[in-house]
Amino acid sequence: MTTRLRLDPTACTGHGLCADLLPELIELDEWGYPIVQPGNVPARLLPHARRARDTCPTLALRLVRVRQP
Amino acid sequence: MTGADVAGRDVAARDAAGQPSTGAARLMAGWRETGRSATAADHLERYGPLPLRGPGAGGRRGLRGGGLRARGLAEAVAEAGLTGRGGAGFPTGTKMRAVAAGGGTPVVVANGMEGEPASSKDEALLTLAPHLVLDGAVLAAAAVGAPVAHLCLSRHRPELIERVLAALADRQQAWTDPVAIEVHAVPHHYVSGEETALIRWLNGGQAKPAATPPRPHERGVRRQPTLVDNVETLAHVALIARYGPDWFRQAGRPDAPGTMLVTVSGSVTHPGVREIELGTPVGEVLARCGAAETTEAVLVGGYFGSWHDAGSIAGVPITAGDLRRLGASPGAGALVALPAGACGLNETARVLAYLAGQSAGQCGPCMFGLASIAEDFALLAAGRPGGALFGRLERRLGVVKGRGACGHPDGAVRLAASALATFSADASAHARHMPCAAARRDHPGPPVLPVPRRLAEEEWQ
Repeated sequence: MTTRLRLDPTACTGHGLCADLLPELIELDEWGYPIVQPGNVPARLLPHARRARDTCPTLALRLVRVRQP
Repeated sequence: MTGADVAGRDVAARDAAGQPSTGAARLMAGWRETGRSATAADHLERYGPLPLRGPGAGGRRGLRGGGLRARGLAEAVAEAGLTGRGGAGFPTGTKMRAVAAGGGTPVVVANGMEGEPASSKDEALLTLAPHLVLDGAVLAAAAVGAPVAHLCLSRHRPELIERVLAALADRQQAWTDPVAIEVHAVPHHYVSGEETALIRWLNGGQAKPAATPPRPHERGVRRQPTLVDNVETLAHVALIARYGPDWFRQAGRPDAPGTMLVTVSGSVTHPGVREIELGTPVGEVLARCGAAETTEAVLVGGYFGSWHDAGSIAGVPITAGDLRRLGASPGAGALVALPAGACGLNETARVLAYLAGQSAGQCGPCMFGLASIAEDFALLAAGRPGGALFGRLERRLGVVKGRGACGHPDGAVRLAASALATFSADASAHARHMPCAAARRDHPGPPVLPVPRRLAEEEWQ
């Protein structure tokens, strides 16, 4: 089991807090909306990823457990 | 007929006069013979009752030649190799199986929204052979165990809705369908025909796409497994139910069986809707419609499609696989031949502005990204690009792609990228502040690609 970030683009309104909290995996585009790096969240970044998820004002960011490596 | 010119009867006559016959008239066969919309009586005479047995079924005469029980229909459709004719091209049988296996009380949605401005094939089909579509909806519903089929039409085609309601009334006089059919007038936007948008609207919400998962076949109308199929797809289902998968495969190619409706416009003498066998080369379809020899570029697949040099696309067969190699897709079957003297960049700029305005406004990259891309294209078309335009545009096209809930931004990006590639010489000329005559404000050529007016925000409900 690994963990991935999943963004609901219809919920996201571009507050941009996630990119501050998890710059390793999330950057903002020129309009202030997050570009999420695809792939697994490395274990060392999991606490930061959870903070990013919990801080999102619109609950647009989720952490999902996936079975494949 | 309004808005949906159908070319082909003249061609049928030409075929009889010695031209090679296309042999492709299936959905349009009745119309080719009679030249008018099929009434319920016409339909019954040509196709017989629904090939369906059971209480309340119309087929009291039982199975007809090669007809299939409803339960086996998903298997027959899978064996026939039918793929969706609305644009996505997903295997229809696979979807039917998933909905049938999903439990609960399934729902069928027949999608006749046709939001693509370059397409009028669904309107033509619903006008000329409405009972094939209605049969398909009823048979698909019976096959997956749905008690009701919802037929979704654009609110901005009141005449079509009237015609379909009249056909439904005519049908109900003639026989009793085992499934209820409800006709809906749905807000008309480019994206409101997207399947998740129809489901949201049928559930009482706005006709805007929703993020997936869940997919409609998992949880759709009233949270039940929902089969959403384009109306043309359902018309093919009605024929497969009667004549079987082997018959269906007699047209087209083994890897791309059957026929499809296409809408051809632009620099052709006979624009309109035609039925072709899958695998027919693009150039042959255009030639049948009287394409001008001076045609330099072709838009394949509508406004989510791609531009191609006319010479290099002419020999390419119209199948998903063959077109994919050129980064193209049949989409909903819209082909536009760009007339000599028209500016592909200018046409694309107008369409991109339209598509940007058609964003449902839900996803930031679509809402802001498409508007920025459309602005860049407008500058390029006008010959005022500035030094950084190409780099900025390339970056924006890359950044926006794949970041919407639906395919809207990706479709617009594909159109824009293909225009830059196909009209690269024009783009360089425009970048040197030399817009072609067609793009100059003092010499605006007649627009080739139609761009409908934008609707007010409240009209999503």
